[in-house]
Amino acid sequence: MDRLGSYIILILIMLIKGNWMKDDQSKNIPRTDPVQSATFSSAINSEIRRAAATGIYDIRGGGAKRKVPHFDDLLFLGASISRYPLEGYREKCETKVLLGTRFAKNPMELDIPITIAGMSFGALSGPAKEALGRGATLSGTSTTTGDGGMTAEERNHSQKLVYQYLPSRYGMNPDDLRKADAIEIVVGQGAKPGGGGMLLGQKITDRVAQMRNLPQGIDQRSSCRHPDWTGPDDLEIKILELREITGWKVPIYLKIAASRPYFDTSLAVKAGADVVVLDGMQGGTAATQDVFIEHVGQPILSSIREAVRALQDLGMHREVQLIVSGGVRTGADVAKAIALGADAVSIGTAALIALGDNDPKFESEYQALGTTAGAYDDWHQGKDPAGITTQDPELALRLNPIEGGRRLSNYLKVLTLEAQTIARACGKNHLHNLEPEDLCALTLESAAMARVPLAGTDWWPGKSGSTF
Amino acid sequence: MQKIDLENKSLRELNAELQAQNSSTTQKVWEVINPKGGHAIAAGLNAPIDVTVKGSTGYYLAGMNQLATVRVEGSVGPGVAENMMSGCVIVGGDASQYAGATGNGGLLVVKGNASSRCGISMKGIDIVVFGNIGHMSAFMGQSGNLVVCGNAGDALGDSLYEAKIFVRGSVKSLGADCVEKEMRTEHLKLLEELLKKSGSDAKPEEFRRYGSARKLYNFNIDNAY
Repeated sequence: MDRLGSYIILILIMLIKGNWMKDDQSKNIPRTDPVQSATFSSAINSEIRRAAATGIYDIRGGGAKRKVPHFDDLLFLGASISRYPLEGYREKCETKVLLGTRFAKNPMELDIPITIAGMSFGALSGPAKEALGRGATLSGTSTTTGDGGMTAEERNHSQKLVYQYLPSRYGMNPDDLRKADAIEIVVGQGAKPGGGGMLLGQKITDRVAQMRNLPQGIDQRSSCRHPDWTGPDDLEIKILELREITGWKVPIYLKIAASRPYFDTSLAVKAGADVVVLDGMQGGTAATQDVFIEHVGQPILSSIREAVRALQDLGMHREVQLIVSGGVRTGADVAKAIALGADAVSIGTAALIALGDNDPKFESEYQALGTTAGAYDDWHQGKDPAGITTQDPELALRLNPIEGGRRLSNYLKVLTLEAQTIARACGKNHLHNLEPEDLCALTLESAAMARVPLAGTDWWPGKSGSTF
Repeated sequence: MQKIDLENKSLRELNAELQAQNSSTTQKVWEVINPKGGHAIAAGLNAPIDVTVKGSTGYYLAGMNQLATVRVEGSVGPGVAENMMSGCVIVGGDASQYAGATGNGGLLVVKGNASSRCGISMKGIDIVVFGNIGHMSAFMGQSGNLVVCGNAGDALGDSLYEAKIFVRGSVKSLGADCVEKEMRTEHLKLLEELLKKSGSDAKPEEFRRYGSARKLYNFNIDNAY
């Protein structure tokens, strides 16, 4: 049929239907707004289209982006008639923390209870690792290696370095082990409890390949389980071996994902850990499946009290120290984590942002990569405009490690000052004196998870002696 | 010869004494008696000394060994010579799971049988087993050589990278991406050296070689299970 014929038929249909359509504008009947589905949101639909086009799941970096109950849902009560505050600028509020006092001859002594989480050379550029070391050192705290081993630059620029002992054992050797100030056995990571590391071929340069003893350019997927121990009884012997190799000098941390915090913390204590590191689902990763990041594991808020309960039940709270991580951004987050019973916190994503990750000044480059500042998470592709999550030598040059170190140190200083401000307002002369009693919750969920009263009540769901 | 009796000394005392030796030590030969299945015996050594353990041991004997030769007159528990860097560990009896796991260098000889996951994630170590090995051996093996004079269990060399596997007897099954490969002259020569070094009288010609098909090296959704 020719085109003119088609138009005529179309117009006829419209005229006939027009008599029957209730929203016909010619009769001034109001139209309903177009409504987007909450279930089939724009983001979901775009992922369906991407999946349909490629046949492979989405891989990305970072932590959970979905909204989950978090520290923002808690408030400090501050001082009142019955609690008096400390002077903001005059009265001391200590921040030092000792980690690894249970068995280690040389516990880790930090000036501030904020440490830098494990991030690998490979996932991050050499200058980025150096900047983390410099920043942490300026602030009197520790930084942590990652999957892929310890680089000389990292050791040299980090006064206090935690050496991760991971399932892959890439780059693991006893010489580096003995150079470490603490050893962190990684069992799980909040972004992907039950998953191993992933470093795609784009980032496996000569040096990264050589450090990991792997062919260059392959997609490297680390194992998710340790190769030479299974279960808590073996773990106890593994910890014994590591202590024997390092002469019982340095603390042994055990990093677990927030999945079953009560049981995992109990087993970590039983296995002989000096420190438990608990990582919530908002904690980042260099790369893994998006479905893993968003759907496996718990928020850090719902995990801290369970880990603390395990320590208390064993009479080990403050004997075995607890470091928590996963979405710590502000001094308020630091203070809240400590008030809930942690001894220290760890930051990863926030440290990268302090270095310049996702900075709007690179917006045109983010746009060219099909994203926008703040949302960039294709860290596995190695094209990071900020030069942080890359092995491209030209991009890596964009980050000046000295300047980066200074920025990180400034940020750590602000976190500390903010946490101190809150602690003083609560009348505490040490951050560790913050307690659940200083808090209330804004939502029922956060009240239940943090076990602090819902604001305006003396009650939280599950409080003993109360009914729901 | 220095003799340490674990009846009278603690594990810490034993290891501290052995770890205190360096390349210029004159106390080169050591004997450990009454090991009683203890764990982490002679772990973390870093000197060219020769240590003989008279009896069977538990987990992680000679873990992360560097330079030392450690002999066991008995059997060993899981993770013998795990992450070894150099030197030599010789087990007279059998070895439990994960023998030589993640080893970067050196030679591990098991004169009896080894269990499952022998040579898991190996990164350069040479392992020679006179008897049989269990399932999932050389899983994700990155480099080095695993020589088995007897038979291999299920899923040999699953997800293998560049480690080489030589088996004289049968292989119950090969793991994902592990294939039989041609035995070329250089492999026969390498095998001859390894067998000679470990004191085996097996003939290189009797072995078959297995390695990675390298199909899992880059992500391909069709390879996912």
